[in-house]
Amino acid sequence: MGMPVSIHVRCADPRSPDVEKAVAAAYHELARLEEVFSTWRPESHVSRLVRGDIPLSHCDPLVGEVAELCAQATEATAGTFTAHLPDATGQRVFNPTGLVKGWAVDRAGRILAGLPGAAWCINAGGDLLVGRHRYVRPEGEDGAPWRIGIEDPTDRSRIARVVPILEGAVATSGTAARGAHLFDPRSGTWVDRLASVTVAGPELMWADIWATALFVGGADAVRAFDRSLEARPDYSWWGQGFD
Amino acid sequence: MRRIVIWALSTLTVLVLLFSYRTSTSSIVGASGQVAAPTKAGSGGQAAPKTPAATTAPGSLRTPAQPAAPAAPAAPTAPAAGGSTFVGAAVGTRYGNVQVQITVANGRIASASVLQVPNRDRKDVMINSRAVPILNQAVVDAQGANIDMVSGATVTSVAYIQSLQSALDQAHL
Repeated sequence: MGMPVSIHVRCADPRSPDVEKAVAAAYHELARLEEVFSTWRPESHVSRLVRGDIPLSHCDPLVGEVAELCAQATEATAGTFTAHLPDATGQRVFNPTGLVKGWAVDRAGRILAGLPGAAWCINAGGDLLVGRHRYVRPEGEDGAPWRIGIEDPTDRSRIARVVPILEGAVATSGTAARGAHLFDPRSGTWVDRLASVTVAGPELMWADIWATALFVGGADAVRAFDRSLEARPDYSWWGQGFD
Repeated sequence: MRRIVIWALSTLTVLVLLFSYRTSTSSIVGASGQVAAPTKAGSGGQAAPKTPAATTAPGSLRTPAQPAAPAAPAAPTAPAAGGSTFVGAAVGTRYGNVQVQITVANGRIASASVLQVPNRDRKDVMINSRAVPILNQAVVDAQGANIDMVSGATVTSVAYIQSLQSALDQAHL
Protein backbone atom coordinates (compact mmCIF):
# COMPACT_ATOMS: atom_id res chain seq x y z
CA MET A 1 0.00 0.00 0.00
CA GLY A 2 1.12 3.50 -0.61
CA MET A 3 0.07 7.00 0.08
CA PRO A 4 -2.00 8.51 -2.69
CA VAL A 5 -0.25 11.32 -4.55
CA SER A 6 -2.32 13.20 -7.07
CA ILE A 7 -1.21 15.91 -9.46
CA HIS A 8 -3.70 18.44 -10.73
CA VAL A 9 -2.85 20.73 -13.62
CA ARG A 10 -4.85 23.72 -14.77
CA CYS A 11 -4.04 25.14 -18.17
CA ALA A 12 -5.52 25.78 -21.59
CA ASP A 13 -4.98 22.22 -22.77
CA PRO A 14 -4.34 19.82 -19.89
CA ARG A 15 -4.29 16.84 -22.24
CA SER A 16 -1.39 18.14 -24.31
CA PRO A 17 1.74 16.00 -24.62
CA ASP A 18 3.81 18.66 -22.83
CA VAL A 19 1.59 18.45 -19.77
CA GLU A 20 1.55 14.69 -19.75
CA LYS A 21 5.31 14.61 -20.13
CA ALA A 22 5.84 16.99 -17.21
CA VAL A 23 3.41 15.09 -14.99
CA ALA A 24 5.08 11.82 -15.89
CA ALA A 25 8.48 13.34 -15.10
CA ALA A 26 7.22 14.57 -11.72
CA TYR A 27 5.90 11.10 -10.88
CA HIS A 28 9.11 9.55 -12.11
CA GLU A 29 11.05 11.73 -9.70
CA LEU A 30 8.78 10.71 -6.80
CA ALA A 31 9.07 7.04 -7.69
CA ARG A 32 12.84 7.28 -7.99
CA LEU A 33 13.13 8.93 -4.59
CA GLU A 34 10.85 6.35 -3.05
CA GLU A 35 13.11 3.59 -4.31
CA VAL A 36 16.01 5.17 -2.47
CA PHE A 37 14.22 6.22 0.72
CA SER A 38 11.41 3.75 1.35
CA THR A 39 11.71 2.23 4.80
CA TRP A 40 9.42 -0.57 3.70
CA ARG A 41 11.38 -1.78 0.72
CA PRO A 42 14.11 -4.03 2.08
CA GLU A 43 16.37 -3.29 -0.89
CA SER A 44 16.18 0.53 -0.62
CA HIS A 45 19.35 2.35 0.34
CA VAL A 46 17.79 3.59 3.56
CA SER A 47 16.65 0.09 4.56
CA ARG A 48 20.12 -1.30 3.88
CA LEU A 49 21.69 1.59 5.79
CA VAL A 50 19.45 0.97 8.81
CA ARG A 51 20.27 -2.75 8.76
CA GLY A 52 23.94 -1.88 8.67
CA ASP A 53 24.45 -3.60 5.31
CA ILE A 54 26.02 -0.50 3.77
CA PRO A 55 27.57 2.68 5.19
CA LEU A 56 26.19 6.12 4.39
CA SER A 57 29.06 6.67 1.97
CA HIS A 58 27.76 3.81 -0.20
CA CYS A 59 24.22 5.21 -0.36
CA ASP A 60 22.86 7.52 -3.02
CA PRO A 61 24.30 11.01 -2.27
CA LEU A 62 20.72 12.19 -1.67
CA VAL A 63 20.57 10.05 1.48
CA GLY A 64 23.37 12.07 2.99
CA GLU A 65 21.65 15.27 1.95
CA VAL A 66 18.41 14.14 3.61
CA ALA A 67 20.22 13.01 6.78
CA GLU A 68 21.74 16.49 7.00
CA LEU A 69 18.30 18.09 6.48
CA CYS A 70 16.88 15.85 9.22
CA ALA A 71 19.58 17.07 11.59
CA GLN A 72 18.77 20.68 10.65
CA ALA A 73 15.06 20.03 11.23
CA THR A 74 15.67 18.50 14.65
CA GLU A 75 17.82 21.46 15.63
CA ALA A 76 15.42 24.09 14.24
CA THR A 77 12.45 22.51 16.04
CA ALA A 78 14.27 22.22 19.39
CA GLY A 79 14.12 18.45 19.18
CA THR A 80 10.38 18.24 18.61
CA PHE A 81 10.87 16.77 15.13
CA THR A 82 12.90 13.61 14.80
CA ALA A 83 13.96 11.24 12.05
CA HIS A 84 14.71 8.52 14.59
CA LEU A 85 11.48 6.68 15.14
CA PRO A 86 10.70 3.44 16.95
CA ASP A 87 10.70 0.43 14.66
CA ALA A 88 8.52 -2.65 15.12
CA THR A 89 10.58 -3.71 18.14
CA GLY A 90 10.47 -0.25 19.70
CA GLN A 91 14.10 0.51 18.96
CA ARG A 92 14.70 3.97 17.51
CA VAL A 93 16.14 3.82 14.03
CA PHE A 94 16.77 6.30 11.22
CA ASN A 95 13.45 6.88 9.48
CA PRO A 96 13.42 10.05 7.39
CA THR A 97 9.93 9.44 5.92
CA GLY A 98 8.43 12.44 7.73
CA LEU A 99 10.85 14.75 5.98
CA VAL A 100 11.32 12.92 2.69
CA LYS A 101 7.68 13.18 1.69
CA GLY A 102 7.65 16.97 1.63
CA TRP A 103 11.18 17.18 0.28
CA ALA A 104 10.35 14.82 -2.60
CA VAL A 105 7.16 16.71 -3.46
CA ASP A 106 9.12 19.99 -3.47
CA ARG A 107 11.48 18.43 -6.00
CA ALA A 108 8.59 17.16 -8.13
CA GLY A 109 7.09 20.64 -7.98
CA ARG A 110 10.23 22.15 -9.47
CA ILE A 111 9.69 19.92 -12.51
CA LEU A 112 6.09 21.09 -12.92
CA ALA A 113 7.10 24.73 -12.44
CA GLY A 114 8.77 24.63 -15.84
CA LEU A 115 5.52 23.86 -17.60
CA PRO A 116 4.51 26.92 -19.66
CA GLY A 117 1.05 28.30 -19.03
CA ALA A 118 0.18 25.88 -16.25
CA ALA A 119 -0.85 26.10 -12.62
CA TRP A 120 -0.68 22.91 -10.60
CA CYS A 121 -1.29 21.30 -7.26
CA ILE A 122 0.32 18.17 -5.85
CA ASN A 123 -1.70 16.44 -3.14
CA ALA A 124 0.43 13.98 -1.22
CA GLY A 125 -1.85 12.28 1.26
CA GLY A 126 -3.50 15.50 2.36
CA ASP A 127 -0.36 17.64 2.28
CA LEU A 128 -0.35 20.03 -0.66
CA LEU A 129 2.06 21.96 -2.81
CA VAL A 130 0.70 24.57 -5.20
CA GLY A 131 2.56 26.39 -7.94
CA ARG A 132 2.40 27.93 -11.35
CA HIS A 133 4.58 28.92 -14.25
CA ARG A 134 5.96 32.41 -13.81
CA TYR A 135 3.95 33.73 -16.75
CA VAL A 136 0.59 32.48 -15.48
CA ARG A 137 -1.15 35.60 -14.29
CA PRO A 138 -2.92 35.45 -10.93
CA GLU A 139 -6.02 37.20 -12.26
CA GLY A 140 -6.80 34.52 -14.83
CA GLU A 141 -8.89 31.49 -14.02
CA ASP A 142 -5.93 29.12 -14.32
CA GLY A 143 -3.83 31.26 -12.01
CA ALA A 144 -6.47 31.89 -9.35
CA PRO A 145 -5.64 30.72 -5.83
CA TRP A 146 -6.43 27.14 -4.95
CA ARG A 147 -8.87 27.10 -2.09
CA ILE A 148 -7.63 24.57 0.41
CA GLY A 149 -10.14 23.32 2.94
CA ILE A 150 -8.63 22.29 6.26
CA GLU A 151 -10.42 19.30 7.72
CA ASP A 152 -11.93 19.76 11.18
CA PRO A 153 -10.25 17.03 13.26
CA THR A 154 -13.15 16.81 15.69
CA ASP A 155 -15.86 16.60 13.05
CA ARG A 156 -14.73 15.44 9.66
CA SER A 157 -17.96 16.42 8.02
CA ARG A 158 -16.81 20.01 8.50
CA ILE A 159 -14.07 22.16 7.09
CA ALA A 160 -12.38 24.06 9.92
CA ARG A 161 -11.11 26.82 7.67
CA VAL A 162 -10.34 27.60 4.05
CA VAL A 163 -6.87 28.79 3.06
CA PRO A 164 -6.47 30.26 -0.43
CA ILE A 165 -3.01 29.47 -1.80
CA LEU A 166 -1.54 30.94 -4.95
CA GLU A 167 1.88 29.41 -4.52
CA GLY A 168 3.28 27.37 -1.69
CA ALA A 169 2.57 24.50 0.61
CA VAL A 170 -0.07 23.47 3.13
CA ALA A 171 0.62 20.59 5.51
CA THR A 172 -1.65 19.24 8.23
CA SER A 173 -0.54 16.91 10.99
CA GLY A 174 -2.81 15.47 13.58
CA THR A 175 -4.59 12.47 14.91
CA ALA A 176 -8.17 12.90 13.75
CA ALA A 177 -10.10 9.67 13.88
CA ARG A 178 -7.10 7.42 13.46
CA GLY A 179 -5.74 7.45 16.97
CA ALA A 180 -2.12 7.95 17.91
CA HIS A 181 0.29 8.12 15.04
CA LEU A 182 2.61 11.01 15.81
CA PHE A 183 5.68 10.38 17.90
CA ASP A 184 6.84 12.82 20.56
CA PRO A 185 10.62 12.38 20.66
CA ARG A 186 10.97 14.09 24.03
CA SER A 187 8.58 11.93 26.00
CA GLY A 188 9.15 8.89 23.80
CA THR A 189 5.41 8.34 23.46
CA TRP A 190 2.81 8.47 20.73
CA VAL A 191 0.51 11.47 20.85
CA ASP A 192 -3.20 10.80 20.83
CA ARG A 193 -5.61 13.71 20.92
CA LEU A 194 -8.25 14.79 18.48
CA ALA A 195 -6.58 17.85 17.01
CA SER A 196 -4.40 18.97 14.14
CA VAL A 197 -1.92 21.65 13.18
CA THR A 198 -1.79 23.18 9.73
CA VAL A 199 1.27 25.03 8.44
CA ALA A 200 1.45 27.10 5.26
CA GLY A 201 4.66 28.34 3.70
CA PRO A 202 6.91 28.28 0.66
CA GLU A 203 8.21 24.69 0.93
CA LEU A 204 6.26 21.56 1.75
CA MET A 205 9.26 20.03 3.50
CA TRP A 206 9.37 22.72 6.18
CA ALA A 207 5.59 23.08 6.35
CA ASP A 208 5.31 19.36 7.06
CA ILE A 209 8.17 19.37 9.58
CA TRP A 210 6.58 22.24 11.49
CA ALA A 211 3.09 20.75 11.38
CA THR A 212 4.45 17.63 13.08
CA ALA A 213 6.70 19.53 15.50
CA LEU A 214 3.99 21.98 16.55
CA PHE A 215 1.50 19.19 17.04
CA VAL A 216 3.67 17.13 19.38
CA GLY A 217 5.96 19.82 20.75
CA GLY A 218 3.67 22.29 22.51
CA ALA A 219 5.17 25.54 23.82
CA ASP A 220 8.76 24.49 23.08
CA ALA A 221 7.91 24.01 19.43
CA VAL A 222 6.02 27.31 19.25
CA ARG A 223 9.06 29.15 20.60
CA ALA A 224 11.31 27.34 18.15
CA PHE A 225 8.95 28.17 15.31
CA ASP A 226 9.00 31.87 16.19
CA ARG A 227 12.80 31.80 16.26
CA SER A 228 12.93 30.04 12.88
CA LEU A 229 11.05 32.84 11.16
CA GLU A 230 14.28 34.80 11.06
CA ALA A 231 15.96 32.24 8.80
CA ARG A 232 12.81 31.07 7.02
CA PRO A 233 10.09 33.71 7.02
CA ASP A 234 6.69 33.36 5.36
CA TYR A 235 5.53 30.36 7.36
CA SER A 236 2.37 30.51 9.43
CA TRP A 237 0.40 27.96 11.42
CA TRP A 238 -3.05 27.28 12.83
CA GLY A 239 -4.25 24.76 15.35
CA GLN A 240 -7.53 22.96 14.98
CA GLY A 241 -9.37 21.26 17.82
CA PHE A 242 -7.16 22.44 20.68
CA ASP A 243 -9.90 24.41 22.46
CA MET B 1 -16.54 21.75 -4.69
CA ARG B 2 -17.98 24.27 -7.06
CA ARG B 3 -14.48 25.07 -8.26
CA ILE B 4 -13.80 21.44 -8.89
CA VAL B 5 -16.97 21.39 -10.88
CA ILE B 6 -15.96 24.36 -12.99
CA TRP B 7 -12.42 23.27 -13.58
CA ALA B 8 -12.95 19.58 -14.02
CA LEU B 9 -12.97 19.95 -17.78
CA SER B 10 -9.75 21.91 -17.90
CA THR B 11 -7.92 20.07 -15.17
CA LEU B 12 -5.79 17.04 -15.63
CA THR B 13 -5.85 14.87 -12.58
CA VAL B 14 -3.51 11.97 -12.25
CA LEU B 15 -3.28 9.80 -9.22
CA VAL B 16 -0.70 7.26 -8.27
CA LEU B 17 0.28 5.67 -5.04
CA LEU B 18 3.74 6.19 -3.72
CA PHE B 19 5.72 6.05 -0.53
CA SER B 20 4.86 2.54 0.47
CA TYR B 21 4.42 2.04 4.12
CA ARG B 22 3.97 -1.69 4.17
CA THR B 23 6.04 -4.66 3.22
CA SER B 24 5.92 -7.59 0.90
CA THR B 25 2.30 -8.49 1.54
CA SER B 26 1.13 -5.51 -0.45
CA SER B 27 1.85 -4.21 -3.87
CA ILE B 28 1.57 -0.71 -5.21
CA VAL B 29 -1.81 -0.22 -6.76
CA GLY B 30 -1.65 1.95 -9.81
CA ALA B 31 -4.86 3.88 -9.55
CA SER B 32 -5.00 6.47 -12.25
CA GLY B 33 -8.62 7.47 -12.17
CA GLN B 34 -9.64 5.21 -14.96
CA VAL B 35 -10.55 2.05 -13.17
CA ALA B 36 -14.15 1.88 -14.17
CA ALA B 37 -16.08 3.40 -17.00
CA PRO B 38 -19.24 5.23 -16.05
CA THR B 39 -22.06 2.80 -15.64
CA LYS B 40 -25.59 3.85 -16.18
CA ALA B 41 -27.51 2.66 -13.21
CA GLY B 42 -30.84 4.16 -14.03
CA SER B 43 -32.92 5.93 -11.43
CA GLY B 44 -32.30 3.21 -8.90
CA GLY B 45 -28.75 4.34 -8.51
CA GLN B 46 -27.91 1.57 -6.11
CA ALA B 47 -25.35 -0.47 -7.92
CA ALA B 48 -24.59 -3.33 -5.64
CA PRO B 49 -21.22 -3.19 -3.96
CA LYS B 50 -19.00 -5.66 -5.71
CA THR B 51 -16.41 -6.05 -3.03
CA PRO B 52 -16.43 -8.04 0.15
CA ALA B 53 -14.85 -5.11 1.95
CA ALA B 54 -17.93 -2.97 1.61
CA THR B 55 -19.34 -1.83 4.91
CA THR B 56 -21.55 0.80 3.39
CA ALA B 57 -24.68 1.56 5.30
CA PRO B 58 -27.11 2.95 2.75
CA GLY B 59 -29.75 3.43 5.42
CA SER B 60 -27.63 6.03 7.15
CA LEU B 61 -27.15 8.10 4.03
CA ARG B 62 -29.26 11.15 4.55
CA THR B 63 -29.70 13.85 1.96
CA PRO B 64 -31.61 16.63 3.70
CA ALA B 65 -30.74 19.28 1.17
CA GLN B 66 -31.86 17.08 -1.65
CA PRO B 67 -35.33 16.06 -2.69
CA ALA B 68 -34.10 12.52 -3.14
CA ALA B 69 -35.19 9.91 -0.66
CA PRO B 70 -32.43 8.13 1.21
CA ALA B 71 -32.96 4.78 -0.42
CA ALA B 72 -33.26 6.18 -3.94
CA PRO B 73 -30.56 8.78 -4.49
CA ALA B 74 -31.64 9.64 -8.01
CA ALA B 75 -35.24 10.18 -7.20
CA PRO B 76 -38.15 10.72 -9.58
CA THR B 77 -37.67 14.46 -9.05
CA ALA B 78 -34.62 14.23 -11.29
CA PRO B 79 -36.09 13.21 -14.59
CA ALA B 80 -33.87 15.16 -16.97
CA ALA B 81 -30.43 13.75 -16.30
CA GLY B 82 -31.58 10.60 -14.60
CA GLY B 83 -29.28 9.03 -12.06
CA SER B 84 -25.90 8.09 -13.38
CA THR B 85 -23.46 6.25 -11.21
CA PHE B 86 -19.75 6.81 -11.37
CA VAL B 87 -17.24 4.64 -9.61
CA GLY B 88 -14.02 6.26 -8.46
CA ALA B 89 -10.64 4.63 -8.64
CA ALA B 90 -9.77 2.33 -5.77
CA VAL B 91 -7.24 4.25 -3.74
CA GLY B 92 -4.88 2.27 -1.55
CA THR B 93 -3.98 3.44 1.92
CA ARG B 94 -1.72 1.83 4.44
CA TYR B 95 -4.86 0.31 5.92
CA GLY B 96 -6.53 -0.92 2.75
CA ASN B 97 -8.39 0.29 -0.29
CA VAL B 98 -10.94 3.06 -0.39
CA GLN B 99 -13.35 3.35 -3.30
CA VAL B 100 -16.14 5.85 -3.69
CA GLN B 101 -19.21 5.78 -5.88
CA ILE B 102 -21.32 8.82 -6.64
CA THR B 103 -24.74 9.14 -8.17
CA VAL B 104 -25.34 12.23 -10.24
CA ALA B 105 -28.73 13.66 -10.99
CA ASN B 106 -29.39 16.96 -12.74
CA GLY B 107 -25.70 17.75 -12.71
CA ARG B 108 -25.51 17.47 -8.95
CA ILE B 109 -24.19 14.82 -6.62
CA ALA B 110 -27.31 13.15 -5.31
CA SER B 111 -25.51 10.64 -3.19
CA ALA B 112 -22.09 9.30 -2.42
CA SER B 113 -21.35 5.89 -1.07
CA VAL B 114 -18.36 3.75 -0.45
CA LEU B 115 -17.70 0.43 -2.14
CA GLN B 116 -14.51 -0.38 -0.28
CA VAL B 117 -13.08 0.73 3.01
CA PRO B 118 -10.24 -0.79 4.97
CA ASN B 119 -11.42 -3.53 7.29
CA ARG B 120 -8.16 -5.10 8.20
CA ASP B 121 -9.12 -5.36 11.83
CA ARG B 122 -12.12 -4.70 13.97
CA LYS B 123 -10.95 -1.24 14.94
CA ASP B 124 -10.84 -0.22 11.30
CA VAL B 125 -14.36 -1.41 10.75
CA MET B 126 -15.53 0.47 13.79
CA ILE B 127 -13.84 3.69 12.74
CA ASN B 128 -14.94 3.43 9.16
CA SER B 129 -18.53 2.52 9.80
CA ARG B 130 -18.80 5.81 11.63
CA ALA B 131 -16.53 7.89 9.43
CA VAL B 132 -17.76 6.81 6.04
CA PRO B 133 -21.40 7.85 6.39
CA ILE B 134 -20.17 11.22 7.69
CA LEU B 135 -17.92 11.63 4.67
CA ASN B 136 -20.68 10.55 2.33
CA GLN B 137 -22.91 13.24 3.76
CA ALA B 138 -20.12 15.80 3.59
CA VAL B 139 -19.78 15.27 -0.14
CA VAL B 140 -23.44 15.92 -0.74
CA ASP B 141 -23.44 18.95 1.56
CA ALA B 142 -20.23 20.42 0.18
CA GLN B 143 -21.44 21.00 -3.36
CA GLY B 144 -21.41 24.73 -2.84
CA ALA B 145 -18.41 24.81 -0.53
CA ASN B 146 -16.04 26.25 -3.09
CA ILE B 147 -13.05 24.14 -2.19
CA ASP B 148 -10.40 22.75 -4.50
CA MET B 149 -8.56 20.45 -2.15
CA VAL B 150 -8.71 19.26 1.41
CA SER B 151 -5.73 19.16 3.72
CA GLY B 152 -6.28 16.71 6.50
CA ALA B 153 -4.62 14.39 8.89
CA THR B 154 -6.36 11.15 8.13
CA VAL B 155 -5.31 8.71 5.51
CA THR B 156 -8.72 7.27 4.89
CA SER B 157 -10.48 10.55 4.29
CA VAL B 158 -7.74 11.63 1.93
CA ALA B 159 -8.14 8.43 -0.02
CA TYR B 160 -11.86 9.03 0.01
CA ILE B 161 -11.37 12.43 -1.56
CA GLN B 162 -8.96 11.04 -4.13
CA SER B 163 -11.39 8.36 -5.15
CA LEU B 164 -14.19 10.90 -5.13
CA GLN B 165 -12.16 13.14 -7.41
CA SER B 166 -11.74 10.39 -9.94
CA ALA B 167 -15.48 9.71 -9.84
CA LEU B 168 -16.12 13.44 -10.38
CA ASP B 169 -13.74 13.43 -13.31
CA GLN B 170 -15.62 10.59 -14.91
CA ALA B 171 -18.91 12.36 -14.34
CA HIS B 172 -17.46 15.53 -15.91
CA LEU B 173 -19.03 17.49 -13.11
